[in-house]
Amino acid sequence: MAKATAADLERARRRIGPIERREMRLAFGMLSPTVAAVLLVVLIPVLANFWISVKPIELADLRAAKPLVRERVQGEVTKPGDAFEVRYRARSSAPSEAVREVVFTHELPSGVTLTGGDDRCAQTGAVLRCDVGVLEPRARVDFNVTLSVDQAYFDAGAPSLRDTDPEATGKSKNALTSFEFTFENFRKVFDASEFWDVLWVSIVYTIGGTGGALLLGLFAAQLMMVAFPGRGIMRGLFLFPYVSPVIAVAFTWIFLLDPFSGTMNAILTKTGVTDGNINFLGQRGIALWTVIAFEAWRYFPLAFLFILARMQSLSSDLNEAAEMDGATPFQKFWYISLPQLVGIISTLFLLRFIWTFNKFDDIFLLTGGASGTRTLTVNVYEQAFALSNLGAGAAVAVVIFFMLAIFLAFYFKFVPKEEGM
Amino acid sequence: MTRGLTLAVILGAIWGFVAAVVIGVSVTLVFGVDASMTAFSALIAGIPGALALLYARELTDNPTAQFAIGMGVFAVVLVLLTGLAPLGLPLGTVPITSVLVLATLAATTIGAVAIAFHKKDWKTLNRYRMEEVLVRALKGLGFVFFTAIILLPFYAMLMTSFKKQAELLQNPLDYSINITQGFAGLFSSYIELFVNFDFGRFILISTIVSVTTVFLTLAASIPGAYAISRLRFPGRVTFSRSILLIYMVPAIVLVIPLYAVFSQLGLRDSLLGLLIVYPATTIPVSLYMLQGYFRGLPSELEEAGMMDGCTRLGVIRRITLPLSLPAIASVALYVFMIAWNEFLFAFMFLDSPEIFTLSRGVVSLNSSEVPRQHLMAGAVIVTIPVLVIFLWFERFLVTGLTAGSVKG
Repeated sequence: MAKATAADLERARRRIGPIERREMRLAFGMLSPTVAAVLLVVLIPVLANFWISVKPIELADLRAAKPLVRERVQGEVTKPGDAFEVRYRARSSAPSEAVREVVFTHELPSGVTLTGGDDRCAQTGAVLRCDVGVLEPRARVDFNVTLSVDQAYFDAGAPSLRDTDPEATGKSKNALTSFEFTFENFRKVFDASEFWDVLWVSIVYTIGGTGGALLLGLFAAQLMMVAFPGRGIMRGLFLFPYVSPVIAVAFTWIFLLDPFSGTMNAILTKTGVTDGNINFLGQRGIALWTVIAFEAWRYFPLAFLFILARMQSLSSDLNEAAEMDGATPFQKFWYISLPQLVGIISTLFLLRFIWTFNKFDDIFLLTGGASGTRTLTVNVYEQAFALSNLGAGAAVAVVIFFMLAIFLAFYFKFVPKEEGM
Repeated sequence: MTRGLTLAVILGAIWGFVAAVVIGVSVTLVFGVDASMTAFSALIAGIPGALALLYARELTDNPTAQFAIGMGVFAVVLVLLTGLAPLGLPLGTVPITSVLVLATLAATTIGAVAIAFHKKDWKTLNRYRMEEVLVRALKGLGFVFFTAIILLPFYAMLMTSFKKQAELLQNPLDYSINITQGFAGLFSSYIELFVNFDFGRFILISTIVSVTTVFLTLAASIPGAYAISRLRFPGRVTFSRSILLIYMVPAIVLVIPLYAVFSQLGLRDSLLGLLIVYPATTIPVSLYMLQGYFRGLPSELEEAGMMDGCTRLGVIRRITLPLSLPAIASVALYVFMIAWNEFLFAFMFLDSPEIFTLSRGVVSLNSSEVPRQHLMAGAVIVTIPVLVIFLWFERFLVTGLTAGSVKG
């Protein structure tokens, strides 16, 4: 690919004229929205995972540490010269980060003057400004000031000090942009013995789901090859699992497979296939096969469509010749149809392999990653949001990224060009 | 001869079992009659039934008579095996239903075997003919299998939404609905969702988000696809290939960085955030599908337009776009369905029920306090628009699907 790019550039440079240049500019202009969107929402976030994965960052760190201030007014004023005793209390909302350069301001009514108290406070015009400095996490700092009133205050109708709220500002380290690094996340992710379980589950799920979907799709395509009344309706029906929203079908499966009141268990016990109820989604060892079955059920329509399209585009000459030579139906399928479908099937296998590997929604909704079904993608969620450790989640995402890079290298190397999708 | 007999025994047994399970389950699911399945008895009864069918061919040439003999033997054996209660019900209790179900069961089993052996002389089966019989039987089983695995979940989803939790806990097989309870009783879950759970607003929000996503996606991907398929510029090949790569980046990898940044920018719990993420994730798909279509349009038409004095943009507007309306429409429908079905980002980003999309709203029903039928009613509500769109434009969408290999 890199070679082609260099050649392209070279060619472009050699015969670039005003028309070509205009065309090039137009092309870049037309592509710019796509590039911008993909860059901002896909490529930069992918790279950002690398950054986040080496940072000690928790979910709570995302809330910017904000200083807060409250006032408490004591004393009555009845005549000019009286004074309020006011206590301002500054505190920080951040659980772990200190906030620096904290300042709060309070707009006072006219006729109110700062006459004493904390010397970190000063008045400019109507604004009282107090310098807090560094505010440690969960710390409280009190400021007691005396505010005297004069005639102007009473002329203005003696407004309450509470009519305006004091406002605090401060700077805190942004956990995302700080330069604090750690390899703790990767250590945690790889050290946990469950990591290898997760990897293994991912691979079994991916291969099982992909293989199951392809086998079902191949079978379904064989059924639909010969025209029969109602084929259109059947084909529409076969695509239902694929086009329906995942939340709808996943919850339906959960209810059908319920260990206590599920229809599936009722059918199995009533027909005498099983003795007791099976906990399809809750029992280690069974749950993984259930989610694989779900995956095969939901995605066989895609394989079905592609294989059917390919079968319908094949010429029937070979089949007819084999028929003349006395090949049996299974021989025709095995020695004639299947070899012609190998291309599309291997392409589908690689594509679906990658997409199944990437799947998150299905398992997350069915089991939440419990009972031995936690794949790498579910582990991203588990680490980042269930255990609130964004850094560890990003570290898992980085692992996914590298595995994906390997699969894609395979894809581009082995998918025949004419099947390229 | 042995080949034919073996095959008849196997097919009779398999079809007897399958027919008993499918018919028994269907009768229970649809009518609520507790027709418990006597699958293993039917498996055994299928064997003499199938053999009787084949031997009947020796006695008479009339196919109806052959069929009747097969059915009769099957039914008698089944009734005897089950102690005169072929469906778990004594013959006396629900006589007409019982007899009808028994007849259907016998007809299905014997019919399937008869079709498989159609016009085949079972005594002189060579390998070729035997495989033909097997293929027919397998196809029949295949249709039953696929229809069952697809219809059962959708049927259960729809019917659960009309029932009460207690009824389902009592008998998980009984999906019959009581029509006498009237509209309000039947649709009580739906009414509850619209009145107390704001599903009307969720639908509105989902529609707005999906339609806006469609427009934003098309606005970016139509010019992009045109540039890639028609204009010459350095890096064009690289670009069109990398679009495919983008297509393979899993959403879960994007979630953490986007969550972190959107949280700090205040975009997280907002529809604006979704409207940034959705188009960006659908643009590559859409661009890939459209550029394939644009490439297939004859460029002579555009060149003629240019000769007649149209500018490049004029050509796009007057020639390319009108010609590719079908492709654009199918891409639009796809993007709509993707945005409508989207779950992950809606789930991660949206916290406030005021701005829930429909799929986020349905997930919020997944709690122990909300009865099961409400969740299923929500599932039906989120599924119906997609299935309607899909069935309406099926031919159209299927072509686009295979052409652009839409991700899922």
